Amino acid sequence: MKKTKTKTEKLHEVSFTLNEKKVSCKIKASVLLLDLIRDVFELKGTKPGCGEGECGACTVLINGAPVNSCLFLAVNADGKNITTIEGLTKSDGSLHPVQESLVAHGAVQCGFCTSGMAMSIKGLMNQYENSHNVPGEIKNGIPSRDEIKKHLEGNLCRCTGYVKIIDAAEAMFKQEQ
Amino acid sequence: MIKKLKIIGTPVPKHDAAIRVSGRAIYGHDIVLPGMLHGAILRTEHPSAIIEFIDVSEAKKLSGVICIITADDADVNNIGYKRDHPILKKGEANCTRDEIAAVAAETKEIARKALNLIKVKYKIRKGIYETSEALKESAPQINKFSSGKFENKNIAEKFHYEHGNIEEEKKKSAHIISRKFTLPRMTHACMASSNITASFNNIDKKLLLYSSTQVPFLYQRDMAHALKMNPSDIRVIQPVIGGGFGSKLDMHPFEPICALLSIKTGRPVQLIYSREEEFIASPIRQPMEIELTAGVDKKGNFTFREINIVKDNGAYTSWGATTPFVIMQAFSSLYKIKACRFNSTAVYTNNVFAGSFRGYGNPQATFALERVIDLLADELGMDKAEIRLLNANEKGEATGQGLHYETCGHKECLETVIKKSNYKQHAAHNRQSGRFLHGTGLASMLHVGGGAKIYRSDGCGTILKIDPYGYCTIITGSNEIGQGSETVLAMIASEELGIELKKIKVINTDTDIKPWDVGVHASRTSFVAGNSLLGAIKILKVKLNKKAAELLKTNHSNFDYSDNKIISLKSNDSIALDKVVREMHFSEPNELAIADYFYEPSSKFQDKNFKGNVSGTYAFASQAVEVEVDTYTGNVRVLNVYVAQDVGRVLNPLLLDGQIEGGVVQGIGYALTEELLMKEGKILNPNFHNYKMLTAADVPDIHFFPVETIDKEGPYGAKGVGEASLIPTAAAIANAVCNALDVEILELPITPEKVLAAIAGKKKLKTEKI
Repeated sequence: MKKTKTKTEKLHEVSFTLNEKKVSCKIKASVLLLDLIRDVFELKGTKPGCGEGECGACTVLINGAPVNSCLFLAVNADGKNITTIEGLTKSDGSLHPVQESLVAHGAVQCGFCTSGMAMSIKGLMNQYENSHNVPGEIKNGIPSRDEIKKHLEGNLCRCTGYVKIIDAAEAMFKQEQ
Repeated sequence: MIKKLKIIGTPVPKHDAAIRVSGRAIYGHDIVLPGMLHGAILRTEHPSAIIEFIDVSEAKKLSGVICIITADDADVNNIGYKRDHPILKKGEANCTRDEIAAVAAETKEIARKALNLIKVKYKIRKGIYETSEALKESAPQINKFSSGKFENKNIAEKFHYEHGNIEEEKKKSAHIISRKFTLPRMTHACMASSNITASFNNIDKKLLLYSSTQVPFLYQRDMAHALKMNPSDIRVIQPVIGGGFGSKLDMHPFEPICALLSIKTGRPVQLIYSREEEFIASPIRQPMEIELTAGVDKKGNFTFREINIVKDNGAYTSWGATTPFVIMQAFSSLYKIKACRFNSTAVYTNNVFAGSFRGYGNPQATFALERVIDLLADELGMDKAEIRLLNANEKGEATGQGLHYETCGHKECLETVIKKSNYKQHAAHNRQSGRFLHGTGLASMLHVGGGAKIYRSDGCGTILKIDPYGYCTIITGSNEIGQGSETVLAMIASEELGIELKKIKVINTDTDIKPWDVGVHASRTSFVAGNSLLGAIKILKVKLNKKAAELLKTNHSNFDYSDNKIISLKSNDSIALDKVVREMHFSEPNELAIADYFYEPSSKFQDKNFKGNVSGTYAFASQAVEVEVDTYTGNVRVLNVYVAQDVGRVLNPLLLDGQIEGGVVQGIGYALTEELLMKEGKILNPNFHNYKMLTAADVPDIHFFPVETIDKEGPYGAKGVGEASLIPTAAAIANAVCNALDVEILELPITPEKVLAAIAGKKKLKTEKI
């Protein structure tokens, strides 16, 4: 108990693409991607919901696939392509179809889960877009309602009862088809 | 007469949804102030213990630690509904949440590290975790600040209510059923954990709080009492709030603690709960045992209800102790009931204390009440839908408790779900055999729909302004916790003033600016704040009409407000609204286009016997639920939920659906999966992995049918809707499970273990009978 560490932890250089911009920084090995995004890059749209990978509020895309950033060590981001909710919106402020659909379907109440939900839905979209470089299976067509529900299992929401979120995703896939 | 509505009743998306969906909304977690420190709280290791000493010397030495406080450093008052709750504990710990010390440090990591360096010597005591133990003569007094006004030292609060002649009604009863129901601890699990940023300015001695309270003006008063300050020296600003559901009705110790850290350091301090801390230290729905005896005459008319409730108050008393206000209302006034006697006792224990939670005791009451209705129907051999329809509340009814139903959609709600769910056909066909059994259940609910007068005022103030560019600013006392009240207010202003929605701003986050309001509770915001806004609009229109008449050279004031114009209904001449406002400002009478209004509902404070018309109007709802029970695993799957709710009028179908669906899914969680498990005063499942909330994959089909009764008290006839959808769900599910299995369910949640035990119990019973 008595140890008061005076030794400074070794810093690691990481370089990656964050919302289509090349960035690099020096960080401790213990830093989580969630904290790096929020505290160093000051992108507050990625939300800290539980810190243990259960609620999905902190979901970001790593090389196109949804990941809980609270469980992902930031050093492992090196060389990767990371997209946060801020990167989903175009630079002119226009919303991504996923976001537009969530708004139009009344899928946003308190909104704390919404960033994660949007990124998860975008992740599912990526799985269905052959052009995108996504690890894992590339699928054809559009996901069924059940598939959407299953995919969103890792994103908790306390306000909406999920119905409008599922509706929004389903409508978006149909429209994008 | 209401004119044809243009915007009210249309599915307008939440006005800041685009901001929220792009991650640009600023929640408490996102606030960063210059020089800000990070706070953390050391909680007791033992739910019941003597604190022999606290040594913070090692922690103070840690580089980056700026301030550490214990009870000895805090000149503060107790908090809580009964003022029986010290914000930092001295001498003893009585609950696993108890705050022993608090740290402010340069970083979150240092603050957490410092907590580990604080040494506390405890002398462990045997805690009291059962209300029956606490009520024993030999039990020690758990809360030494309790009022002591009851016959037992561990009673925190009691309620007694009655109407009618119970003994007489018992005699008239053909059947009497008596059951005891047990209700679990459920937690709000808001997606954003509890948070506060406090910034004390030691130059002008003012305290600025970024707080996610849902009752900012009561909070300001409570905070001032706790810190011995003047309420007006405390400014409460609400960042975007990541879920409330009642959890933010009480002020909790972490909030004045954070303020104290800021006062002591002269720097802003931010305190954010971890998820584990959120499960341990944020409030819960009251656990309780409800003994209900109810009768029915041979025709199926309900005769009486007799209720005894014992609530586990936990170690301290919150607003949760007042839930019997609502609980007794359900028992006294849901369905026509000639006599009712109600007693409830809240008992101190060393468990975690309850707070308020959407429904405010009503889901518990409705579960017991609706379960017993099914049992009474079975005794009578009467159809479960028919017995409900026979006893349903009616328009014009004044209940034994003095509630006046000027409008009442109860019967229509019941008829709607019975029809839409094909209830009668299902109920008849539900006796299948095999592994999967289907069941159908019904339940109704009654809740306040026009606020609840439990303070001296249930009012809400509005300041309304139109600027020289034709934009409208609504400064409302009410606040937004995600439910969409801002959108509804903007829609009302747009409807009445003919100003397009994008030109309407709602200001509602700052106690220094906004007029008084009780806060978000009792499903009151659309009703109370809506009426308040309509009052302000009426006053402002008198001013605008006068100037418009002058400019249009007419002497009447028969105007329509539309397309940002004021239009004469006689001549069809029109003038731009912004021009009228400019002329008001810059020429005679040189006045502002501003109006203010304070709306107080027509409801009455109840008398000392709890009688009186406590709400401006009342909401009714019925739900029918179909379940499938896996008799091998005990798993209950909800297939369909049919909801009919008397909402008065649909103001915004999109937001209304959201309230209904969100409430129903919380209700399913309450029925089937959610329980904060406690053993010896400690919480066993403080995480999302073991506290089971429903996910998207678990959501059934929810079929919603709004019932419009157009109540003259409500804005455009609307009633409150926020809580209702959650209230009957667990009761309907329990009835469906009982229907499927022909068993009795007496407690929630209905876990697979309980289902299997019920099936086994039934088999055992049959074997014994043979």
